[in-house]
Amino acid sequence: MGRIGAFWRSLVGKKVVMAVTGVILLLYIIGHLLGNLQIFEGPERLNAYAAFLKSTGELLWAVRIVLLVSLVLHVIASVQVSLASKRSRPADYIEKKSIETSYAARTMIWSGPLIFLYVVYHLAMFTFLVTGPGYSPTDVYRNEVQAFQVPAISAFYVVAIIFLGMHLYHGAWSMLHTLGASNPRYRVLRRTIAPIVAIAITVGYIAIPIAVLLGFIS
Amino acid sequence: MELNGNIPGGPLEKKWDQRRFEMKLVNPANKRKYKVIVVGSGLAGAAAAASLGQLGYEVLCFCYQDSARRAHSIAAQGGINAAKNYQNDGDSVFRLFYDTIKGGDFRAREANVYRLAEISAAIIDQCVALGVPFAREYSGYLANRSFGGAQVSRTFYARGQTGQQLLLGAYAALSREIAVGQVRMFPRSEMLDLVVADGRARGIVVRNLVTGEMTCHSADAVLLATGGYTNVFNLSTNAVGCNVTAIWRAYRRGAFFANPCFTQIHPTCIPVAGEHQSKLTLMSESLRNDGRIWVPVNAGDPRHPGEIPEAERDYFLERRYPTFGNLVPRDVASRAAKAVCDEGRGVGPGKRGVYLDFADALSRLGEDVIRERYGNLFEMYEQITGENPYRQPMRIYPAPHYAMGGLWVDYNLMSNLPGLHVLGEANFSDHGANRLGASALMQGLADGYFIIPCTIGDYLARISPKDRLPADHPAFQQARKDAEDRIRRLLSANGSRPVESFHRELGELLWNFCGMARNEKGLKEALARVPVLRDEFWRNVRVSSEGEGFNQSLEKAGRVADFLEFAELLAFDALNRDESCGAHFREEHETPDGEALRDDARFAYVAAWEFTGVGQSPVLHKEPLAFEAVHLTQRSYK
Amino acid sequence: MKLTLKIWRQEGPRAPGRLVEYRVDDASPDMSFLEMLDVLNIRLLTQGERPIAFDSDCREGICGMCGFLIGGVAHGPQKLTTTCQLFLRHFRDGDTIVVEPFRSRGFPVIKDLVVDRSAFDQIQQAGGFISARTGSAPEANSILIPKEISDRAMDAATCIGCAACVAACPNGSAMLFTAARVSHLSLLPQGHPERKQRVLRMVHEMERLGFGSCSNHGECEAVCPKGISIDFIARLNREFIRASAVETMEPVRKV
Ligand SMILES: Cc1cc2nc3c(=O)[nH]c(=O)nc-3n(C[C@H](O)[C@H](O)[C@H](O)COP(=O)(O)OP(=O)(O)OC[C@H]3O[C@@H](n4cnc5c(N)ncnc54)[C@H](O)[C@@H]3O)c2cc1C
Ligand code: HEM
Ligand code: HEM
Ligand code: SF4
Ligand code: F3S
Ligand code: FES
Repeated sequence: MGRIGAFWRSLVGKKVVMAVTGVILLLYIIGHLLGNLQIFEGPERLNAYAAFLKSTGELLWAVRIVLLVSLVLHVIASVQVSLASKRSRPADYIEKKSIETSYAARTMIWSGPLIFLYVVYHLAMFTFLVTGPGYSPTDVYRNEVQAFQVPAISAFYVVAIIFLGMHLYHGAWSMLHTLGASNPRYRVLRRTIAPIVAIAITVGYIAIPIAVLLGFIS
Repeated sequence: MELNGNIPGGPLEKKWDQRRFEMKLVNPANKRKYKVIVVGSGLAGAAAAASLGQLGYEVLCFCYQDSARRAHSIAAQGGINAAKNYQNDGDSVFRLFYDTIKGGDFRAREANVYRLAEISAAIIDQCVALGVPFAREYSGYLANRSFGGAQVSRTFYARGQTGQQLLLGAYAALSREIAVGQVRMFPRSEMLDLVVADGRARGIVVRNLVTGEMTCHSADAVLLATGGYTNVFNLSTNAVGCNVTAIWRAYRRGAFFANPCFTQIHPTCIPVAGEHQSKLTLMSESLRNDGRIWVPVNAGDPRHPGEIPEAERDYFLERRYPTFGNLVPRDVASRAAKAVCDEGRGVGPGKRGVYLDFADALSRLGEDVIRERYGNLFEMYEQITGENPYRQPMRIYPAPHYAMGGLWVDYNLMSNLPGLHVLGEANFSDHGANRLGASALMQGLADGYFIIPCTIGDYLARISPKDRLPADHPAFQQARKDAEDRIRRLLSANGSRPVESFHRELGELLWNFCGMARNEKGLKEALARVPVLRDEFWRNVRVSSEGEGFNQSLEKAGRVADFLEFAELLAFDALNRDESCGAHFREEHETPDGEALRDDARFAYVAAWEFTGVGQSPVLHKEPLAFEAVHLTQRSYK
Repeated sequence: MKLTLKIWRQEGPRAPGRLVEYRVDDASPDMSFLEMLDVLNIRLLTQGERPIAFDSDCREGICGMCGFLIGGVAHGPQKLTTTCQLFLRHFRDGDTIVVEPFRSRGFPVIKDLVVDRSAFDQIQQAGGFISARTGSAPEANSILIPKEISDRAMDAATCIGCAACVAACPNGSAMLFTAARVSHLSLLPQGHPERKQRVLRMVHEMERLGFGSCSNHGECEAVCPKGISIDFIARLNREFIRASAVETMEPVRKV
């Protein structure tokens, strides 16, 4: 316990927790994206997939719990870490130029919570089926199409997912560094792979609402 | 009075063993009862403080920078010598000893220099153990480079930052002792006086440079490792804060000052660019391996160097010293450069500079090879001058660099004042009249890591921690009052002339009359003018009125005030030493081919001066130098 | 050349500070930035004003004493350059330059541009050393170190402790400085015995002193006059994870 406690108490430790949970969330998002892209293959396919997910029972719950715990840890750590950093410079500069850092990197603490809000709304819509135009628990395909035909919903999705993309744009490279990937030889690789992943995820997710809006899917 | 160097008996190679055996020891249980003050956290100071802490002594360490790690040793570039003979090129303890004695033009103490050479190997071992990342071969073994004044390759280095890495090693060891409470560190603290009572050094008076608070520290022994005084010349390769204050104050309290006129002028430095200049930057000696030094044949030749044809160039070193050419020792190269500039053939703004030309090397070896060898130096040069040395020759000129002179110490590194020990560049010990490259780092670490930890025990064992004085003893109160009065005098002078301008005038004065070449007339002139300048200083100096707290112009004023007193002693010693030797070149005494002509019959001694009052002639004490292992020869590099 | 300087003036640690404007008309391109301040200070002094306090010593880019923000960048616009090695030829005639001290909770301002960086010494004291008693060292060549390893260690060891990394970091993190020291010592075989405790102690001390956390902005590397790479930060993270898995921090003991 002592060791774990000390690890969690240190900022470097918290960052590692954030990176690990970040990886988990990232993997989920990728898997989730692949699942949802099946929408382009028609209702049967997607609904079958959704049914399959539901059929897995305990496993599904295990996944959900892991996700939930990860998200909670990730959020707590990120808030604490960000506050510590804030405290470290009581008096700010009058003029300060940024050379290396990116907008995405500087706005992690805002893109993060936005994702959080998004997820809450999103779960309410597709998992708990409490919002949105009348849903059927079995016909996921219809649910999605109906939802995204409402421009406001689609718009919100697009915006949220862009923030997610930004979050990952910095996050995906940052977590590698946090987990100790330091070999100078692969630095360029680390620096390029991260944005590619981020952009791929963003495009993939945005494609769905857009496709529905433009009527490719109905 | 004749001084006794307290050199052990027996044959040269047994003396250090002999001394370590003779010495009294402090019982381990008693060590913690003794308190030792170390002033300075450079190689000598940090190594000493760390090692004494490990032994169990209670140590107080002081430095004027904001961190011990910033001591001027950090700036050393080239490397550190050691007689490891890793290259199997015939090096040995005796050869390192001989090269150092000869390089010093036979004005150093044999026994000390031999001990230095003996210890050199252990220094490298210690530094490696502390994590100093010396350059290595692909095989994983340590690498060496060769350096001026030696035909063997015995210099260990860490890129162009050897001093930095050695100091960080010592600083790490020091940090550890601070962590365990053996050493207490006082950064941003300047020693302003030494406290002496019944003939023994008892402690120091220190000014906190942030609060201005004056404090007294009492101890059983005081170690000064406060570096060199070359900034007396104003412009030098030393850090702007380097000063003579600590050792000068000790001198005023009775410690003898030895060979102050032995000051080394380094030939390859970037010339002065203008009035505003705050310091001079060294360009490593190694450049002379591939660069050719020349000036135009005709004085005041207005043409761009590239347009001057070979026939109208004078490669004066190659001309005067066919065999050694551009690789003659520092003092010789410096004087030659001065000579051609005096003839009006100097180049660049102010005409005080000579070309160091890489054109031949570039065409012979190609730009890549040159970049690999000297890349960082070339960049530094371009950064400072804005000129690209790959396209046009560097301009270089000699600059004050190192102080061979310092407080007199015996074989145990103790001054004539019992309890006062002096280490590193601050003492006079091992380099005679001229220091070889890569030997100062060696000496600083030898003194700090290996010599003082042994020899100090011999002194401490003879005294009792019980007679350590309380810090409110009258002697402390007096010294403290003196220091405070001086501060007030400086603050209340409020004249009209800034400290910098006095420092500049003093520097120029010394540079002209007591620099690379000296003569009786000039020295007398200097001796006449320094006191006048000093009087004006006290009447007319302007120090910032921000008071006794954090006040940088006050710090500078205090240091310059001491330089103004010290300069007189420097000139006095130069006048007394009516011979030429090493870096001390008296124009009256040169060989037919213009080399330093020693007068061993009259001057084979260490000149140790005793303070008698400001502006009054100091008393000379001689320590005769006996040479048993080497026989004195005339250096020739033709 | 003519320059307008807006320089942070602050009487003392607790006193409020503000930017004060100064005009320098007699600057020359081959002056260093600090030499220009020297000249300005002499002028202020003779006018009976208080000179600007700033730190410097070696004035050749190695001691790490100098440093402040010049035009919003630690050590100024020139890459791989300390404040003392920054020359005016890199500015344009007529430029207006804002000059501010390094700002961090760990580095209280002492006066004007002078800050107290003793926090760095404390991080060193926490574990930035190899415990080798003087005299106990083995023959130097009995420890063979592959060239690339010792070169990498040297890359980290060149840190001059100037604190520009902290000043530039949006999080006020001291990770680059700490990582450089940890990496230098843990890369070398001599440093291995204390490897785990070293990283635990130094990280703990760094955080105790109130420095922020690293979120890999890379600003530190961009301003570092010695080009210390943030890859060393990743290395520190790895060292820390390894150490935390098997050891808990212990106090330093006497040798
Ligand atoms: C540019 C340059 C390059 C060099 N290159 C080499 C080289 O390649 N090889 C080599 O062997 N030598 C070289 N040298 C010489 C060598 O660096 C020095 O001689 C040596 O480092 C001196 O070490 P030290 O410990 O005696 O003094 P320093 O390192 O100068 O330390 C002096 C200490 O005393 C403190 N101090 C001074 N005055 C006071 C005071 N009044 N109160 C309190 N504290 C005080 C300072 O804060 C500092 O901590 C070089 C020198 C220069 C200038
Ligand atoms: C699907 C959800 C999320 C994913 C995939 C994700 C992923 C990541 C990743 C990979 C990192 C990099 C970690 C590192 O630098 O080591 C990160 C950092 C961060 N995350 Fe998230 N995150 C998510 C949600 C959130 C949420 C809800 C918040 C809300 C506070 C948040 C706040 C942050 C912050 C502030 C950082 C930067 C911390 C730092 O580097 O100092 N994230 N995130
Ligand atoms: C266009 C984009 C998206 C679509 C169409 C979509 C669709 C869905 C659907 C239909 C469900 C319900 C599955 C079911 O219960 O059968 C779901 C669940 C979920 N979605 Fe999404 N989603 C999208 C984007 C995202 C994003 C960007 C995230 C994360 C940041 C996310 C996180 C989740 C989570 C956590 C669940 C709950 C999974 C569970 O029930 O265990 N989704 N999504
Ligand atoms: S890492 Fe670079 S910026 Fe930071 S202290 Fe070291 S040298 Fe200065
Ligand atoms: S800028 Fe700061 S966030 Fe990390 S990478 Fe450098 S310490
Ligand atoms: S003054 Fe030494 S690094 Fe700038």
